[in-house]
Amino acid sequence: MNPHEASSAGSGSVAVAVRNVTKIFPNGDTPTYALRDVSFEARCGELTMIVGPSGCGKTTLLSVICGTLAIDSGSIDVFGRNLGSMSASEVTGFRSRNVGFIFQQFNLIPTLTVVENVSIPLILQSWNYRKAEEKAAAILEDVGLGARLRSFPKQLSGGQQQRVAISRALVHDPKLIICDEPTASLDAKTGHHALELLKRSACAPGRCVIVVTHDSRIFSFADWIAEMEDGRVVKSCPAAEYQHA
Amino acid sequence: MLRIALLMLFRDRAKYMMLIVGLTFCSLLMTQQASVFCGLMLWTSATVRNIGAKVWVFDAKVEQVNEVIPLREIEVTRVRGVPGVEWAVPLYVGIEQARLSDGSFQNVQLVGLDTATFVGRPMQITKGRIEDLRLPDAVIIDQVGIDKFRQKGITIDIGTTFEINDKTARVVALCHANRSFLGQPYVYTTYDRALQFAKPQRKMMSCVLAQPKPGVTSSELADRISKLPGLRAYERDDLFWNTIWWYIKNTGIPISFGTVVLMGVIVGIAIAGQTFYLFILDNLRYLAALKAMGARMPILAAMVFLQSFSVGFVGFGLGVGLTSIFGYKVLQIEQPPFFMPWQVPAFVAVIIILICCFSAAIGLRQIAKLEPAVVFK
Repeated sequence: MNPHEASSAGSGSVAVAVRNVTKIFPNGDTPTYALRDVSFEARCGELTMIVGPSGCGKTTLLSVICGTLAIDSGSIDVFGRNLGSMSASEVTGFRSRNVGFIFQQFNLIPTLTVVENVSIPLILQSWNYRKAEEKAAAILEDVGLGARLRSFPKQLSGGQQQRVAISRALVHDPKLIICDEPTASLDAKTGHHALELLKRSACAPGRCVIVVTHDSRIFSFADWIAEMEDGRVVKSCPAAEYQHA
Repeated sequence: MLRIALLMLFRDRAKYMMLIVGLTFCSLLMTQQASVFCGLMLWTSATVRNIGAKVWVFDAKVEQVNEVIPLREIEVTRVRGVPGVEWAVPLYVGIEQARLSDGSFQNVQLVGLDTATFVGRPMQITKGRIEDLRLPDAVIIDQVGIDKFRQKGITIDIGTTFEINDKTARVVALCHANRSFLGQPYVYTTYDRALQFAKPQRKMMSCVLAQPKPGVTSSELADRISKLPGLRAYERDDLFWNTIWWYIKNTGIPISFGTVVLMGVIVGIAIAGQTFYLFILDNLRYLAALKAMGARMPILAAMVFLQSFSVGFVGFGLGVGLTSIFGYKVLQIEQPPFFMPWQVPAFVAVIIILICCFSAAIGLRQIAKLEPAVVFK
């Protein structure tokens, strides 16, 4: 198997398995426990939300799941691949092929057009520039931005920028979509539309979507919710059974 | 990703222009000043290039061509007696005062050529004939002289007369000669007449010009002649470089020009380095996003170096191009001195490459320290 490839998995199978993970940030004499013995699972075909108040460790958990942050103990399996057993270079390669990112601030490069921004994940995988743009244009058509291919991000509204960010996350058909506070920069209505789009285009058999949020208005889009508090997962259940305090 | 890197750079127009302007100015300053320095050094050796003899024989204490310690005329015979000498002729070179018809003065570089052979004659006679130098009071004057006299309201042409040390000189031909370090016009005449023009001294001859026989190299002959007591012979190229090195060692010219070149380097580092650093800082969160999305450090390094070198290349090209235009214009009026050998742009290219490497390195340092997880903050 290609070290950068994740094994394929069917709908309902475990995509991400976090076991007894601890992450400590050195902070002088009193280290900060960002994650304390966290165990958590996310399944294929589902949209899993990690929720909780600010500073509870949601974003840290997201960072360790996608391998951008190393853990101090425990293990993380993503589509059957143990991140701890991979070298830094292998993790980077794994991430470029299998993970799509939607950042809170979108992080669209302002000097690149919409279509150029969306084609970046493909170019990182050594796609021909023209073919990458063709595929990026196709996915932008799907999200209703076919007329804005040559626009620059600053010429778009917040909702349109979020759609570009979603397109960039999906363009290389990753198995795992990581989404950090997708509604934080949007008003309620636009945030709702963005989640609808994410649910419609990202959730597919064999693909896992993990969303970190503290916006309770979008909890209804989740299939599974894990609630965190003080570096621990205190509740993990189907969204239908989740009752927000 | 390299195309993406270039798009990111080119479309950030303000910083791109700032980088280009900074590196162009830096490149222009270094190339122009280095070329003027080289031109000035060429001027110091103008007599060597104008006379063109293969072997030059001076008093043993002479270190460069503009330093004259007169010799006795018997030294010509001594040089002729050295094995390997094809011929040897006397040469007079000295600064004399010419008085114009309106009474004003002009210092001239008087060159007295061997009457029989005219060895050391001007390379380009623009009007008249060299043979006319054998006529009474005859002199040939160069273009610098024509221009200098014109500035004083006197038109020089064949037949014009003026005085050198109270003796009449009559122009029989006009020539073009390499300009001397002090900008004095070259006035050519015969050796015997030059001695009449010059103020009398016990020894009058400036040097002996010699030609090696076939099969004898100039340096071999110079070595043989230098063994004669009281004489020192130089091969033409050695005299040329000795003269230049003498000026480099004994004048403040290199320090003056070196300071300006150093300022060019500092300006380049300050403007380009700082602007490029700001460019990287502005893009840091996007570079972090790229890192999170799977861009490896070598790819990011290649992007940063390409951005840095592309502005360096354009800045260098514009700087050298503008210097070339400057050189083209000043060579038409022969002032200030200008000579741009290939070593000058090569040296400037190396400096620009170092500035680009420095700029890229300080940017890369930021990127290397960057945790991809920072994009989630």
